[in-house]
Formats: sequence, C-alpha cells, structure tokens
Amino acid sequence: MIDSALIQKLREIVGTGNVLTSKVNLVTYGYDATADVPQGRPDVIVMPTTAEQVQQVVNLARRNGVAIYSRGAGTNLSGGTIPVEKGIVLSLQKMNKIVEVDAENLTAVVQPGVIIQELNNAAAKHGLMYPPDPGTVTTATMGGSVAENSGGLRGLKYGVTKHYVMGMEVVLANGDRVRFGGKTVKNVTAYDFSNLFVGSEGTLGIIVEITCKLLPAPKYRRAMLATYKSVSDAGNTVSAIIKAQVIPATLEILDNMTIRTVEDFAHVGLPVEAEALLLIEVDGMAEEVVAREAEAVVRCVNENHGNLRVANSDAERDALWAARRAALPALASLNNTVVLEDATVPRSHITDMLLELRAIATKYKLTMGTFGHAGDGNLHPTILADKNNKDEMDRVHHAVDEIFAAALRFGGTLSGEHGIGIAKMKYLGNEIGETGLDLMRTLKNALDPAHMFNPGKLVPFPKKEEAEVSHAR
Amino acid sequence: MPAESVARPQLAYDELQAIQKELDKCMHCGGCMAVCPVYATNKTEADVARGKIAVAGAVLEGSLKLDDPEVVDMLFNCLVCKSCMQSCPTKVDFGRIMLALRAAIVREKGLPWLKKAIFSTLKHPELFDRGMKLGAALSGIAFRKVGENGIAPRSPFAFVGKAVDFDENRWLPALAPVPLRDRQPELVKIEKPVARAAFFTGCSMNYFYPETGEDLIQVLKENRVEVAIPKKQACCGIPVFVHGDLETIRELGRRNLDAMEATGAEYLITGCGSCGGAWQHEYKEIFATDPEYAKKAEYWAARTYDISAFLLDVIHYRKPTGKVEAVVTYHDSCHLKKTMKVSREPREILKDVPGVTYKEMANADACCGSGGSYVLTHFGTATDIAERKVNSVKDTGADTVATGCPACMMQIFDNLHRFGGEQKVRHYISILAESYRNEQSS
Ligand SMILES: Cc1cc2nc3c(=O)[nH]c(=O)nc-3n(C[C@H](O)[C@H](O)[C@H](O)COP(=O)(O)OP(=O)(O)OC[C@H]3O[C@@H](n4cnc5c(N)ncnc54)[C@H](O)[C@@H]3O)c2cc1C
Ligand code: SF4
Ligand code: SF4
Repeated sequence: MIDSALIQKLREIVGTGNVLTSKVNLVTYGYDATADVPQGRPDVIVMPTTAEQVQQVVNLARRNGVAIYSRGAGTNLSGGTIPVEKGIVLSLQKMNKIVEVDAENLTAVVQPGVIIQELNNAAAKHGLMYPPDPGTVTTATMGGSVAENSGGLRGLKYGVTKHYVMGMEVVLANGDRVRFGGKTVKNVTAYDFSNLFVGSEGTLGIIVEITCKLLPAPKYRRAMLATYKSVSDAGNTVSAIIKAQVIPATLEILDNMTIRTVEDFAHVGLPVEAEALLLIEVDGMAEEVVAREAEAVVRCVNENHGNLRVANSDAERDALWAARRAALPALASLNNTVVLEDATVPRSHITDMLLELRAIATKYKLTMGTFGHAGDGNLHPTILADKNNKDEMDRVHHAVDEIFAAALRFGGTLSGEHGIGIAKMKYLGNEIGETGLDLMRTLKNALDPAHMFNPGKLVPFPKKEEAEVSHAR
Repeated sequence: MPAESVARPQLAYDELQAIQKELDKCMHCGGCMAVCPVYATNKTEADVARGKIAVAGAVLEGSLKLDDPEVVDMLFNCLVCKSCMQSCPTKVDFGRIMLALRAAIVREKGLPWLKKAIFSTLKHPELFDRGMKLGAALSGIAFRKVGENGIAPRSPFAFVGKAVDFDENRWLPALAPVPLRDRQPELVKIEKPVARAAFFTGCSMNYFYPETGEDLIQVLKENRVEVAIPKKQACCGIPVFVHGDLETIRELGRRNLDAMEATGAEYLITGCGSCGGAWQHEYKEIFATDPEYAKKAEYWAARTYDISAFLLDVIHYRKPTGKVEAVVTYHDSCHLKKTMKVSREPREILKDVPGVTYKEMANADACCGSGGSYVLTHFGTATDIAERKVNSVKDTGADTVATGCPACMMQIFDNLHRFGGEQKVRHYISILAESYRNEQSS
C-alpha cells in the first residue's frame, strides 16, 4: 500500500523534485504508444538518478508489497509500461549519461535513460554507429529498447538490439545489483544473463547500465525504389536478392493501400496503381563493393518486372525514403485509432502473408495498410479504425486474432520487435505452448517471486490468487 | 463555406469541445519528446505535447477540472513554440489545442483569476506580488483595455530583473526614449516604386529595437519599395492570446486590420515571427466566423511576408555589395520557422552579404526559451533552455548571432551574458542594412 509515509521515504531516497504525485502527472504516466489497451493510473512516479537509488526504491517497494513499472520513453507498442495494478512508475529518463565510448574496443557504456540517437551522435564522433534503429531512435531510451529487444529498418543486415548488448548491470527484486558480460567479444562465463534480460520487458529486473557493441559506420550507400504490378513479383525480388548473396541494409515493402495513402498524404510521386513497392538500400565500406551490390539488385528488380528508380545524390535518396517515412503517419491520419501489429513470418512467406492480410481486411471490412521489413519477414499490418465504433473495434479484434493465427501457420511469430506486453499476452501460449508458458513462469517466479516488476505483462498467470499461492510455497 | 449553411462553425477558441477532434489525432507516439524544449529540461510527460493532450482529454471527459491549479500550471508550462508540431507524424495542431484551453480558462474564470493562478507558481510572497505586476506588464496580460498604443510596457525592462529578484544578472534592452513609429513618417515615399508595402512593426521593435525597424525600412527603400507605417497599428495581440485573452486579441486584430486596409498597400511586411504569424494564421482563425472581419483577415493573410521572404521571393532584391566583416550564425525563431515557414531566406540573405562568413549552429531551430510570461513563471526551465542555445552559438565560433525575431534577440542577449558568450545579437535585416550602408564608403 502506498501512503504518505511511503511517499515521504521515496522523497528521501530520490529527492523531492523526483517524486511526482499530482493528478496531472498520474494521468500522463498512465499510457504509452499502444492503441486500444486500457490505461492505468499509478500511485506515484519516481525518477531515480543513480543505481543506488534504484536499489533503495526496490527494497522499499518489496517491503511494502508495491508494484514497480520501469519506464523509458514510453514509446513501446504492446502496453508494456502501463501501470495496470497501481504502484510506482519508475521513470529512468534522468539516468541519461553516456559513461564512455571506447573506440578501441568498439564498445559503449550507457545508463538506461540515454536516447538511442544520443548514443549514435556520440559514436559518430569516432566514425562509429550503434545499428539498432527503431522508428523511434530520437525518443526511445537504451533501457527501453534493450528491454523490448527492439529491431528496426536495418535488421536484415545488422541484426537487432540483442546482437549489440554485451553486458549489463541489473537491480534484482531482492535489491541486489549484479553485473555480467563486459567489453570482450568472447565471454562464456556463467549463464548468458544478457540475453535473459534483453527482451524481458521490465518483468525480471531493472537495467541500470548497458555495455553495448558499436560498429564502424559504412561509408557508402545506394538507395533504390522499385514498384510492382503484383505482390508476388515483389516477393520474388526479395528472394532473388538474397539468392544473389546481397544483404541490403534496408529492404522495405509497402502494399497498395499504403502506397495510395502515402501518395495522397505526401505527394511523393508514387504510382497509385502499384500493388507493392520495395525500398532497397545497400551499404558498405568500399565504393566498388557497394556499386556491385547495387547492380545485382537492379538485375533482380528487372528480372521480376519491377519499375526502378535509383538515387544518385543525398537529396534523391531522401526523396526515395520519403515514401517509407510517410507510411505510418499517412495511415495514421486516416482515423483516430492505429492498431499497429508486427507479426513476422519467414522471409520466404512474405507474399503469402501479404495476400492473407489483404483477405483478412476484406473479410472484416477494415481499412488496413501493410508495410514493413520485407527482408526479415517482419510486417506491420496497420488497421485504422474508429475507437468510438464498437462494432468496428470488435471486427478489429477478430482480425488481429486471425493475423496472429496466420503468422503462426506460416511458421512465424507473434511479435518481431514490439514485444508482448499486455497486448499480445493472451496469444503467447499459441506459439510457445503450455511447456513454454511453464518455463516463463518458472523463471519469473524464481527472479521475482512477489511479481513486483511490471505485473500483468508478458508472463500470463492463470489468476493472481493462484500465482500468489504457488510462489508462497 | 457555402452560403446556405446556417450553423456557424464551432471555433475551438470559443467552445472547448471543438478540440476533441484535434486530440483524437494524437497517436501517443511520443515523437514530440524529441524536440520539446521544456521536456528536454524536465524530462516529465506533463511537459510535452503528448502529456498535455492526455490531460486535455481527461478535462474533456471530466476526470480532471480545467481550473484545477495543477492543470493550469501544466498549461502554462509550455512555450507555445510549436516545435512539437514540426515532428508530429499526424500533424496534430497542438498550438490550437493549447490556446483553446487557455481561452477556455479565461472564459470560465476570468483574466484576473488566471493571472493570479499563473503567478502563484512563484512561491515567494514578495515575488508573487512583483511578478504579478511586472510579469503581467511584460506579457501584456495586465492590459485589459486597449489604449492608443495597445499594449505598451510601462516600466523600463532593464529594471525588471533586479526588482523581481529572479536573477541578479538579468540583462534586457532599455526602453527606447522615442519609439519607432514616432520617429518615422506614416508614409516613406519612393518615386516609381516597385511595390507598395505596409510595415507592421510589432511592439518589441517599436519600443525596444527601433533601430532594427529603421534598418528594415532602409532595406525596403534601397529596393525601391514604398513603405506605409500607420500610426494606428497596435500590438498584434499574440502576447494576450497566449494567455487566453481572446477578446483583447480580437479588438487588437480589428484595429490592425482596419489600419492596414487604410494604407491601400499591396503587401504587409513583418520583421517578427510572432507578429507575422498572427497576420498569416491567428487572425484568420479568430475571425473565421466574423461576418465582417473574416474576409479582411483572409485578404491580409495572403499578403503577409516576413521581410526576408518578401525580398527573396517577391521582389528579387538587389544583392548588397558593401562589406560587413563578421562571422555570423543564425538562430531560427520558433514562430518564424514553425508558423511562417521561413528559414531558408534569412540564411540566403546573410550569405549574400560580402564579408560575412556563415556558420550553421547545431539545432538552430531549437527554441531559445523566450515566450510570454514563461521566462518569469518558469525562470529555471527557461534559463536551462537558453543555456543550450548559448552553447550551440558558442560552439560555432561566430562573433555575431543573427535571428529574425526581437523576442529571441532579447532572450539570447540576456543569456549570452549569463553564460559567458561575447557574441553580438542582431536582427539579420540589420546586417543587410549595414552592407547597403557600407556601399557608399567603399
Ligand atoms: C512510431 C513508432 C515507431 C516504432 N518503430 C519501431 C521499430 O521500427 N522497431 C521496434 O522494434 N520498435 C518500434 N517501436 C516501438 C518502441 O519505440 C520501441 O519498443 C522502443 O525501443 C521502446 O523504448 P522506450 O524507451 O520508449 O521504452 P518504454 O516504452 O518506456 O518501455 C518498454 C519496455 O521496457 C521496459 N523498460 C524500460 N526501461 C527499462 C529498464 N531500464 N529496465 C528494465 N525494463 C525497462 C518497460 O517496462 C517496458 O516493458 C515504434 C514505436 C512507435 C511509436
Ligand atoms: S509548444 Fe513547444 S513547449 Fe509546448 S509542448 Fe510543444 S514543443 Fe513543448
Ligand atoms: S508527435 Fe503528435 S501524435 Fe505523436 S504524441 Fe506528439 S502530439 Fe501526439
């Protein structure tokens, strides 16, 4: 229970200015970027500035049986930061120091509140980059993106967040602070804890420091845009490019609905009758290699009846990218509710999935545009609906059920990068089965027996009372 | 609007429910966090557009009250710089939301109540008293009636800082002994002019930077533009509008529209982003349902130009040849760039001046922290925002920082001193004017 004595203690720990209790503040920490999920109201928001303070807050919360919701920038798309059971929202945004950029070891050490772009700016001074680039690089925090295992537009070639996390410091539910991993490329000491906490969505512990890998930034790049009369031509191009042993940094797809909406919204000169569009960018350290890869891409596009535009300058590159950048904003402008999914299939099933998505939209009479990362099979079917129209929202929910079922049928996954949170928790068993759920619960109960960290997210427990009984044993 | 439509459209400023649609556009993506100057300092959700929109939603749905001191405080912890609108993917008109909420407070509780609420954030009783008087004078909210000059600050600004005790180091320009409009004739005649323009001076240029206004007039003369400077013009009204005072800006707007109409000019020129923004946008919006003034507002909105855009795009100005030796960087005033969409033009002009070495600063369009009573009520945040600006200026190694808005000039001038910058602060038009003047000597 949170009472004034507890609030007072929190103030003593982090300082009065870093404890927010006003009604206005409680409203503004009740949501994140997720549409169509219930909002919550926390009891209090605490903004620690040091790892020691985080430990003290955890100890205090544990002794008082209060939930803690870790929060970065609150841009996740699975309801991961919503305080569903009241308690403390722990905003880590004031722990935002870049501890070091080590150009010799190609690593950086950051606090969790560092914005991804800020790390990139610091790395750029050494000719380096931190490749994971979710659409929110200028707002999302390192802690939040590590806890979500975020992906982005460069996943195909550069991988996702988990490929760049080398070590961490974490505050556990018992108040301990543990460090693991580090700056060495090789490290097999102990369990691979980094990979346990990457993608843990704030349910296992609080990340208070991250050691991550940096790469030399590529010096050359070539962007191309191809439009197609049929979805399968676009899908075949994707396979052909990979078969030609070219791994583009970016290989994005937009479907016809998205193309039309983007053209309406931003007037970037897209053919509105095109069934699909690919945005392809190759990059690398050697001009000659990049040129050769670009040629191979051109060949693949031509062989598959694509209509090609190539960027010859930075300005032209920007123009090609404009279409992709406008995809979400343009779709979002169509209605007041944007249900953005990230069901993912093996690359070879991209065409099947796109056709299936269109069939689902037709079946439920919904406005849906699909765009996404074709190169890694990660699609973003985006449904635009009116939250005040109950009938339509019901159809949205049915459609979402079918989208997930389809993704699993094609051997894919519920979520490629946005996480499970509360939005996808009920589907989790469909993918990992009862044994998988059991393993999740075992881990959760071992690390956080009182379910203090981010309760109600990621790990489905049958009923709260039952869970209490099982871990009280 | 078809003639047969009888229902008057609802104006968000007159009826709060009308902003619901605008609120619904927000997809809570948080994109505004990347650019909001207040958020960059305080890092809390209630600072940024997304949070403010959520609170507005709670007010409309009834779970929070508009006159709750916490809500009022949050509403005024915003510079209305519109930076968030630049990066908003769904183009939420946040400026309209914010001003509609403020107008609603004034409608419900009255101005005196609001004034008290705003300045009650100054906890120190003595500060509160002085803040009420001086802060109100500064931002125009003390003036309910429109006098001959509209809103005229009465006390010399230089006095404000110390008196209010915010900071010993507050540097502000002194009030000009003779304001701009009293120094100039109502019509600067030109033989065979290429165009006939009216100059809307705005208060800051009139009272604090009359030399800048004279530079602007000189530049127009050099380009054979006849300039009308009607004495009847008043404050643009933005300083009162940002405090929710719809009635006064409407009074001021009518008066200004009439004054400009009387000149018969083809163009209206401004040298201040907030004033120009009022002419291009706010007048149109506040008079949208006014049978008489809607047309006038439309008419002038289409004819209003920032001086730089007028020079470059309308009359294709004469390139200067006089040398001005200076290393110059340029600060994008929020309202000039984000409301009037002018950012390329002043830079081009600066680069056209012989002798000027132009250096772009990092985050040139980040707000400088000036904005209505903000610097008084949220002195700490405003100063923090300004410090970032000063650091960007200093990093360029420039000896001059140019901008296109007198309010930014004041704020940057004050804070350069505070944070150890030695740069001169000038309106870009003054650098052009100097170049023209130097033509004779070379
Ligand atoms: C417009 C838009 C585009 C997007 N594009 C992409 C994309 O391309 N790819 C992609 O993968 N995602 C994308 N996202 C989702 C989102 O931006 C990412 O998940 C982002 O990394 C979340 O970071 P955050 O700081 O906002 O975290 P938050 O939303 O604050 O938190 C996310 C999760 O991490 C937990 N958490 C936060 N900090 C910590 C910590 N220090 N310790 C432990 N747990 C913590 C929270 O409890 C929560 O469960 C997009 C979102 C939007 C709105
Ligand atoms: S107008 Fe400026 S200060 Fe206000 S919310 Fe938007 S960016 Fe922040
Ligand atoms: S950027 Fe626009 S849509 Fe996104 S949260 Fe801010 S106001 Fe809302």
